Amino acid sequence: MNKTINQKAWYFVIPVFVLVAFNAAIPLMTVVNYSFQETFGNNVFAWEGTRWFKQILLSERFHASLGRQFAFTFIILLIQIPLGIAIALTMPKKGWGVPVCLILMSMPLLIPWNVVGAMWNIFALPDIGFLGHSLNAMGFDYNFTQQPGDAWFTTILMDVWHWTSLVVLLSYAGLNSIQPAYYQAAEIDGASRWATFRYIELPKMKKVLTLAILLRFMDSFMIYTEPFVLTGGGPGNTTAFLSIDLVKMALGQFDLGPAAAMSLIYFFIVLLVCWVFYNLMMKNEAQS
Amino acid sequence: MSLELKNVEKKVGIDTHIHTTSLKLEKNTINVLLGSTLAGKTTLMQIMAGLDKPTSGEIWFDGKNVTGMKVQKRNCSMVYQQFINYPNYTVYENIASPLVITGVKTDEIKQRVGKVAELLKLSAMLNKKPDELSGGQQQRTALARALVKDSDLILLDEPLANLDFKLREELREELPKLFEDRDCIVVYATTEPSDALMIGGNTATLLEGKVIQYGKTLEVYNKPENLISAKVFSDPPMNIAEITKRGDNCKFTDNDVQWKSSAKIKDGTYKIGIRPHNITTYKEGNNSVEINGKVQISELSGSESLIHFTNGNLSWVSLSNGTQQKNVGEDTKLYMNTDEFLYFDQNNRLVNNG
Repeated sequence: MNKTINQKAWYFVIPVFVLVAFNAAIPLMTVVNYSFQETFGNNVFAWEGTRWFKQILLSERFHASLGRQFAFTFIILLIQIPLGIAIALTMPKKGWGVPVCLILMSMPLLIPWNVVGAMWNIFALPDIGFLGHSLNAMGFDYNFTQQPGDAWFTTILMDVWHWTSLVVLLSYAGLNSIQPAYYQAAEIDGASRWATFRYIELPKMKKVLTLAILLRFMDSFMIYTEPFVLTGGGPGNTTAFLSIDLVKMALGQFDLGPAAAMSLIYFFIVLLVCWVFYNLMMKNEAQS
Repeated sequence: MSLELKNVEKKVGIDTHIHTTSLKLEKNTINVLLGSTLAGKTTLMQIMAGLDKPTSGEIWFDGKNVTGMKVQKRNCSMVYQQFINYPNYTVYENIASPLVITGVKTDEIKQRVGKVAELLKLSAMLNKKPDELSGGQQQRTALARALVKDSDLILLDEPLANLDFKLREELREELPKLFEDRDCIVVYATTEPSDALMIGGNTATLLEGKVIQYGKTLEVYNKPENLISAKVFSDPPMNIAEITKRGDNCKFTDNDVQWKSSAKIKDGTYKIGIRPHNITTYKEGNNSVEINGKVQISELSGSESLIHFTNGNLSWVSLSNGTQQKNVGEDTKLYMNTDEFLYFDQNNRLVNNG
């Protein structure tokens, strides 16, 4: 049998190629272009090789913001994942409580990010904000615009408020997919509540939790809008996470070369962490 | 030791799931709950286990009233239609889990798990996780978990329903042997009459939350108390028709087929039930009667032939041995073994039970 050869099929693929090119490849290549060159405007470029990459990787400023970024992501994951699971466990499984809880839980997810930032900024203001004023009235010396600890506390609290719901909803979906027979079997065995959680619920939620951790990692690692509106990276640079620092460098100081190099490094870190995380999870999956 | 349900009733909201039921299951028996989906088999089992409380009535076990006693305090185990095992435990840990919780010593656990695993042919897979096993092996693991405990009451809720044909046959043959020398009451729920016949023991036929009849499996099958019980315990479905009897002569209301009956019953109109295997393409028994039929569907399975046919208003099923090739639409002659007819009166009670 002869294979029919018809090169016309390529025409059908061209629109996708063009779309992807404009969408991803060309902007990315622009960044790559900037990262290896120095520009003084007027479309004049000078080749710089890997200078910007070396400069960024050795700069203390980058180390500091990367450190802050990891610390922030680590803390919010540490709070949101267990808290999300705990809330999902206490949510009703049937009756009128289900839609009520689900709607309440989805509310924070529906609010635009800069509105969240603005909301919390006003909420936390030490003189007129409800949170800030109450804390001060209770005797705490709270001022998130001046004290780094308070700024971190507020940023983390804001993120927990905004995103724990996502973990809750995913965990709830995972819990609901467990057949009632599992709980009965555990009951017949005389398993404790903790054992039921540890040996039935947690293993059964593994897939959705992997997804939740991955999503929360990526989102929090690229966080920009909310802390930008809330603290603007301050006081000083104490809440300047990677993306805030990046924008400062690119648009504030107009250091396009180093900023481009930094974005690429940033991009590779996200890619690497996701890849490692995904592979670890899949390896576990293959074992069990 | 016995398990007794005394006037047990279960209502959920305005729906009655179990109508007032009394049932006494004796020690060392296998009891089949036979009924279609939603007949109340699972609810009844959950009440027996103590996973669910009856709305009214009492449950007595071993001479003690155990109504409302929690399942953890009773010594029972349950196997489900779905293969329920702890996902990240190995087969060994899974089987051992009920013993570990009750604090049995490690040496004894090892010995008991080993014994049960051998019985269920799981010895080679003790270090694997449930995901790595076939459906049949997963269900064997669940069965082993139920057996290792030496429970007083073992409940099997359609344990073979999710298995493919071959594995089902295999495990079904083994099941009665597994319980042979155990001091326990076994309850086995199924939708398939063939399961009940294969397992033997006692059978309770259920319909819409009512126990229709309870007794020795063969007795329930051969002498169903009433038409409902006969229908529940017949697959393919039982053929039913109205007849009139005058003296020894019987005749269908819908056609002219006649036969002589030795049944000691009064003259009048009756309903008869004919099991499909008593209508065949060949003569069987000394008193067989011919009936004409138009073939509607003809199904061949390796050793049996199922022929759906019509005769006037009657739409019946026949089951013959061997491969009996019939064409759809063909007019054919079939033979009914009149000795096996079940006669029911106008209240659907069996009358030829002598």
